[in-house]
Amino acid sequence: MRTKLIVLLSALAGGLLIWNLHTIFLRVPDEASQGAVFRVFYFHFPSAVTSFTLFFVAMFSALVYLRTRDLRFDAAAAAINEVAFAFATITLITGMIWGRIIWGIWWAWDPRITSYFICLLMYFGYFMMRRAVDEPHRRARLSAVLSILASVDIVIVWKSIEWFRTQHPGPVLEIRGGGGMAPGMEAPLFWNCVALLLLETSLVLVRMRQQSIQGEIESLRRYVHAF
Amino acid sequence: MSFLRQAWAVAAKDLRSEIRSKESINASVAFALVILLLFSFAFDPTSDQVREIAGGLLWLVFAFAGTLILNRSFARELVNDCLDALLASPVSGAQLFLGKVIANFLILLAVELACLPVFTIFYNVHWTQSIWLLFVVMLLGNWGLTVIGTLFSAMTVNLRLRELMLPMLVYPMMIPALMGAIQLSSVLVSGEPLAADNQIWFRVLVAFDVIFTLLSLALVETVLVG
Repeated sequence: MRTKLIVLLSALAGGLLIWNLHTIFLRVPDEASQGAVFRVFYFHFPSAVTSFTLFFVAMFSALVYLRTRDLRFDAAAAAINEVAFAFATITLITGMIWGRIIWGIWWAWDPRITSYFICLLMYFGYFMMRRAVDEPHRRARLSAVLSILASVDIVIVWKSIEWFRTQHPGPVLEIRGGGGMAPGMEAPLFWNCVALLLLETSLVLVRMRQQSIQGEIESLRRYVHAF
Repeated sequence: MSFLRQAWAVAAKDLRSEIRSKESINASVAFALVILLLFSFAFDPTSDQVREIAGGLLWLVFAFAGTLILNRSFARELVNDCLDALLASPVSGAQLFLGKVIANFLILLAVELACLPVFTIFYNVHWTQSIWLLFVVMLLGNWGLTVIGTLFSAMTVNLRLRELMLPMLVYPMMIPALMGAIQLSSVLVSGEPLAADNQIWFRVLVAFDVIFTLLSLALVETVLVG
């Protein structure tokens, strides 16, 4: 059942991504002031939004673990955080590519970028800590606490664009009170959000399956060593 | 009131133990002095530029030296299973945590007060005009560092590679508090009045202290007991 779901989600994500790539690169015209490089935004924004969403979903999964003490929720939280971390890295890299062309530098020490990098460092610590604890419930408890603390920092990142003076562009989408993009340019952005979310969900499911197989192998190994 | 009294009992125990052994204070003061010395090789300590970055230097010294104190905070209870005894005592996890935070706060404050005159002499900094405001920033920044640091000290106490894990986890978390403290200290040390756009950093510091104090008190039982 889960295999079918993974295949279905991956196929949907793949199809939608191909259609989006066709729209973004062949149908959407160059932006008036930025030229072709503005297309980075079609990947930068969706990976930022979806990775933030996943970090919060992981936090809720961790909270559910604390309530139920069911290790499946901890495994889900870890898998979701791993995928979110990968897409957050994509956000940072695509932002750097855009910054290199528009600002002329790879890295601007701007509050938004810096706090985003801090988030990545925190989640890097999260993965390191998971490796340092052997006992599953203890690992799950500490991971849940770290996930909750890190999510507070994500709120600071999310709001920093409004709290601090920053070089990072302000909101452009109409739903966030920005001026809006030209007609026809906003739709592919939302479709790419959907495509990445589908891709991330299928990756989370694959990762969770890998974790359960890894757990089975470890228990078999312990069983063999017992004799 | 009994909540605070029991937390204070834990803090008093830690402070008494620290005053008798002086292991954290001696190590962190010595470490802070070494960092202050090393900074002088990285740039010209007599230049005017030092005034602009003095706040940053100072808080980096406090953060590095503070980790030594925080690392020992829960680790000193591992000997003879004292941590288990403390957890089995009628003191709740939150009271134990608050007691540790108060003790770490006072020890780190003592280290900071010992380093300040040395820093003033080494780097020729004048801050007599705004010393009280700077003291308020020190108290707020210090509380932020110790609250989050003590929680992570509790989290990492039984981990492999504890000495490595604590700084790796705690520094990214501390950054909002450090940023606020550095920005405000830099302005105050350079002798300028606090402008309106510096007020946001006061709010960041206070918000960080309040949010992480409440979160830590709510989560520490989960960290220590399960």
